[in-house]
Amino acid sequence: MGAWARRAGVALFVLAMLLFVIGPLAWLSLRAFAQTWEYPRLLPREWTLHWWETVLEDAQLGGAIRLSFVFAPVTVLVSSVICLPAAYAFARHDFPGRRVMLLSLFATNAFPKMGLFITIAGLFYSLKIMGTFVGVVVVHVLGTLVVMTWIPAAAFAAVPRSLEEAARDAGAGPIRTFFSVTFPIAAPGILVAMIMAFLASFDEAQGTFLVGTPTYITMPTEMYTLVLNYPEQAAAVFSIMLSVPSVVLMLLVRKHVMGGRLAEGFQLR
Amino acid sequence: MSLRIEAVSKVLGGRTIVDSLDLEVETGQLASLLGPSGCGKTTTLRMIGGFLRPDAGQVLIDGQDVTAIAPERRPTAMVFQNYALWPHMTVFKNIAFGLKLRRMPRDEIRSRVEDVLRTVNLLHHIDSHPGQISGGEQQRVALARALVLEPKVLLLDEPLSNLDAKLRERVRDDIREIQQRVGITTVLVTHDQDEALSISDKVAVMTGGRIDQYDPPSTIYRAPRTRFVADFVGTMNLLRATVHDDHVATGDVKIPVRGAALGVEGEWDVGVRPEDVRVSPSEGAPAQVARVIPRGHYTELVLMLGEQRLRAFVGPGSGDDLPEGATAHIEISRALLYREGLLHQA
Repeated sequence: MGAWARRAGVALFVLAMLLFVIGPLAWLSLRAFAQTWEYPRLLPREWTLHWWETVLEDAQLGGAIRLSFVFAPVTVLVSSVICLPAAYAFARHDFPGRRVMLLSLFATNAFPKMGLFITIAGLFYSLKIMGTFVGVVVVHVLGTLVVMTWIPAAAFAAVPRSLEEAARDAGAGPIRTFFSVTFPIAAPGILVAMIMAFLASFDEAQGTFLVGTPTYITMPTEMYTLVLNYPEQAAAVFSIMLSVPSVVLMLLVRKHVMGGRLAEGFQLR
Repeated sequence: MSLRIEAVSKVLGGRTIVDSLDLEVETGQLASLLGPSGCGKTTTLRMIGGFLRPDAGQVLIDGQDVTAIAPERRPTAMVFQNYALWPHMTVFKNIAFGLKLRRMPRDEIRSRVEDVLRTVNLLHHIDSHPGQISGGEQQRVALARALVLEPKVLLLDEPLSNLDAKLRERVRDDIREIQQRVGITTVLVTHDQDEALSISDKVAVMTGGRIDQYDPPSTIYRAPRTRFVADFVGTMNLLRATVHDDHVATGDVKIPVRGAALGVEGEWDVGVRPEDVRVSPSEGAPAQVARVIPRGHYTELVLMLGEQRLRAFVGPGSGDDLPEGATAHIEISRALLYREGLLHQA
């Protein structure tokens, strides 16, 4: 009896969770293909692809999609150039202020985003990069600093020193050693960080909204306009499109690397 | 002289790890650095390999001072304790790595890698990844990777410590056999005295960052120059005793010494190898048999002479049939005398 009740309880809980997680997504997917859909009916009365056409043919929306796919890779690239050497230094060298610097990276995540961006906006106006491509990239890169430093740093730290020493012993200089041994072995961890940075940039809305509009409107910022100005079906179509890269990349991450790799980011001392 | 270390010192974390150490290894010989952990043996090896810069002193290879030269430019090759094979490369690529850096033509790389793999008997694993082969095989790949570079000096850092007992003996013999065949000057670091004694031309016993004794294995065993070496290498009975011309006295017990007279008198630390203790039913000092430990090809007896404990290794028919609790009579056929830690030279 007790066991039966417990099992029923678990089943109910799982069902509730499923509804909670899948429900909104299902609603969204149905919504994107619905012509009309009123309250008491469980499914839409008429189906249509009209909203997909609307979104895909709208020049501004198309532009936003393209722009998002420009900013994300550029962000990952810039962030890699800045963060990967830093990560290597954190992992392999002991320098004054190492711990303080490592922890202070969290500062970008510790304060309310909007407050931070208002301050940044002030700075950007004086630097005259408000509303520019550079300004938007800077804001995006800021959001990726933590993952792009901590995870690769842990990945570098996990490469046994003797493997690098063996390469030096065989005749490789420090740079050759890095590219032949350290980097390939740390690569899965770095890849995870890059994918997370890509998604962070892809989802970034607040900062882009503040710094980029009206010149640079990416998919998430376009969402704001969409929610206000279009029927909700168009917004549904758009959010599905917005989630496609996330889902695809997350599945890739899960398949190829995952497991300990993400946890590694928190093992760094 | 292929390798020479002159007055090399290293301080790490405020502690003197290696203290003005000298060492010479002749071409084609295998020298072991033997000692307990923390004695500075690995630090010494890393200074020969170039991974640590000495604070003082010089490292010379074939007469050339290499003290300031980076590991990638030294004519040394190291086999690391954990093998340090690159997991993302195949066995072939692991071994070919150093040859590629030397801009050798592809065909030659291929044939050299195959040759060295034949030497270590692993040609069939040329395309395996390190993760797919056993510990002993990884060990041999690491050895091949070092040998293929034809270094002037081969460095082995505890090469057998990650292998199980059975495999250890075989790989040990393999290493010696390959080292002899290639004729390469080799320095091996180990804390295992069996390993050091069985494959070395010379053994350096280290303690506190210095070499206590540097001699062929048989000398190390038969005539340990210091009390530390006597205690560290092999089993040694060390008694605080009064030495007389033909016997040593500990407490009330007088143990007769057979053979050559000791030639000195007075208070000494007396070192006696267990195989130099003769056990008989009636002749010599009476001792209680406390334990009988069968060792297979010999028997170990733990004997009590009053408060003094003494170990004896006896063969068939010379005391191995004594039961525990029986009284045995013992004599010493050979004794080493130490005063202030140093061996008395007769």
